[in-house]
Amino acid sequence: MPEWLVTTILILVKLGFVFFLLLTGAAYMVLAERKLLGRMQLRYGPNRVGPFGLLQPLADAVKLVTKEDFIPSQADKFLFFIAPGIAAVTALLTFAVVPFGPPIRLFGREVPLVICDLNIGVLYFLGLSSLAVYGVTLGGWASNSKYALLGSIRALSQLISYELSMGLAIVPVVLMARSFSLTNIVNAQAGLPFAILNPPAFLIFLVSVLAESKRIPFDLPEAENEIVAGFHTEYSGMRFGLFFVGEYINVIILSSMVTVLFLGGWHGPLLPGIVWFFLKVGFISFLFIWTRGTLPRLRYDQLMHFGWKILVPLALVNVIVTGAILLLLNPAKG
Amino acid sequence: MAKTETMTINMGPQHPSTHGVLQLVLELDGEIVRKITPHIGFLHRGVEKLAEHRTYHQVLPLTDRLDYLAPMHNNLGYVLAVEKLLGIDEQIPERANAVRVMMAELTRIKSHLVWLATHALDIGAMTVFLYCFRERERIMDFYEKISGARMTSNYFRVGGLSRDLPDGIEREIRAFIDEMPGHVDTYEGLLSGNKIWQKRVMGIGVIGAKDAIDIGLTGPALRASGVDWDLRRDQSYCDYDKYDFQVITGKDGDTWTRYKCRLDEIRESCKIVRQVLDGLKPGPILADCPKVCLPPKKDVVNTIEGLIHHFKIITEGFKPEPGEVYVGVENPKGEVGYYLISDGSPHPYRMKIRPASFVNLQALPQMAEGAMIADVIAIIGTLDVVLGEIDR
Repeated sequence: MPEWLVTTILILVKLGFVFFLLLTGAAYMVLAERKLLGRMQLRYGPNRVGPFGLLQPLADAVKLVTKEDFIPSQADKFLFFIAPGIAAVTALLTFAVVPFGPPIRLFGREVPLVICDLNIGVLYFLGLSSLAVYGVTLGGWASNSKYALLGSIRALSQLISYELSMGLAIVPVVLMARSFSLTNIVNAQAGLPFAILNPPAFLIFLVSVLAESKRIPFDLPEAENEIVAGFHTEYSGMRFGLFFVGEYINVIILSSMVTVLFLGGWHGPLLPGIVWFFLKVGFISFLFIWTRGTLPRLRYDQLMHFGWKILVPLALVNVIVTGAILLLLNPAKG
Repeated sequence: MAKTETMTINMGPQHPSTHGVLQLVLELDGEIVRKITPHIGFLHRGVEKLAEHRTYHQVLPLTDRLDYLAPMHNNLGYVLAVEKLLGIDEQIPERANAVRVMMAELTRIKSHLVWLATHALDIGAMTVFLYCFRERERIMDFYEKISGARMTSNYFRVGGLSRDLPDGIEREIRAFIDEMPGHVDTYEGLLSGNKIWQKRVMGIGVIGAKDAIDIGLTGPALRASGVDWDLRRDQSYCDYDKYDFQVITGKDGDTWTRYKCRLDEIRESCKIVRQVLDGLKPGPILADCPKVCLPPKKDVVNTIEGLIHHFKIITEGFKPEPGEVYVGVENPKGEVGYYLISDGSPHPYRMKIRPASFVNLQALPQMAEGAMIADVIAIIGTLDVVLGEIDR
């Protein structure tokens, strides 16, 4: 077999694997959330469809697809159409740079377990997460509904604010790993994960990630008790489904980013790398669900206050301190 | 300088957190609420008018449906008013009064549980909701065992009770009352120490004592503003003065204080129920007024007097002397009063209900104008309005 064919096939297989994994992952994430929340709240969660409710995601998908796809008469049709797509696609694309395991040997060659080991992977992730804001904003704007508009304004300001602290929390990681490539960052944590080396950055990133995922206590863009459903108030059927799936893919992506940037990616004793990776992602996702079961929601101004007056300054100080320490430790290289 | 306009937004009557069919027209400047116009009446059923065409006993089931979270309390206010109109309010047997107090306090716990559940849910704390409903379910079970219905109890009667407590219920209620304060601690553990919860409720929706009195606030909303006023103590009914309990008051008049007050009221209610259970003695449950109270079934079948009384009360009802009367009781949400006018016929000439939520809702614009959308939700929650009572 010619060399190029093998490469292409390998890439396609990896693509298929990741695509399948993310979509099923997101679907079962919904189930896991409902089950876990149920258990935290003295309920059972879904247990009717299939054994232990395991087929529930399928039933949900069927329901979403067969529901009427309603478009408000005053909506901006084009933007209304593409907004959910943007939300889902940007979320899916981000996983391209996430290394989910150590390189393996296949057909006598070294295959890295990442779709594309971009040398600026971190920037790519930040770029796409900025783009994802468009899905939410345009969706709310195009619906031509006041609640949706309120939701999208909230989403816009929240995501932009927290992107800043998220980016600033990644800077120390890049400084410590001396690379923008996610694979190199994981390799730099072979000894100790950055969460232990730089806990402030880890905590700031974790909080920002919670805000980025638009979940309690930062679920203001879709706070159903205040603004009905926020930016997706007017969406129904599979378009709503895309927003929904996008959100859960986002949770998985953000959990894997936490894993890659701070928890040492696939590094861990005994178990194979890929298992460690998914264990860590699962644990962080569980944290997401757990917070939803326990915390109330912040208010809009409190959210902004927290982001700009607490997280951003802290992150900035952390960048400077980390830089100074690195300089002191390695004066020659600095 | 860009020209900005306020946005008018319609919150309700179909909105997840307007607690039923309350409609608020909000004028928004960004997230800040400049003006609130509440619209009510979507649940109007004409209870007061309906009452004019029914006998006094037939009005009773209508009162269940006012504040549907505290049906027994509504019943209580109504039967007390009719008893006063008839002049038999001194003849109510001791056991009937004790059971009335016990049920009223269980109802208070039940109503406060729904308040806490929805209030917390509105602020995003989803789990508290289901915890509260677990305990509420227990009280619903008592309701079912005692009155036969879970929501629309219709248990009290003019002159006493519709039937005696079922066997063994005292033990169950006592077990529940013993563990209830622990559950309140659990809710507090989930909320009170939480920084986000504190930030969301402290200093929100402040109303001072003077304003509270001017508007006519009653119940926990009034007491949280520092006014020490509780009808159970200050205009005692059903022998409430026999029981030892504290009237919980606060100082700050904000959402946090109201939250604390209601939680403490649950604890106090537990105390009252325990005292009732301790002093509960067997005895008659209906006053000895054959023209008003239905005779026992065995008299209806076996004696001619019983049969006649039964027939007359069912077909015609009783006829109070002409006159008018007002009786207010301390509902979980505030003072609920019944104003009855009798013209000597078996139907009330006029019934006017003074609902607690209706009056309390008036405080909303004053409390929430200038706050943010999220605060409006919190304030609706803290006022604890029930639309069934507002619209009647």
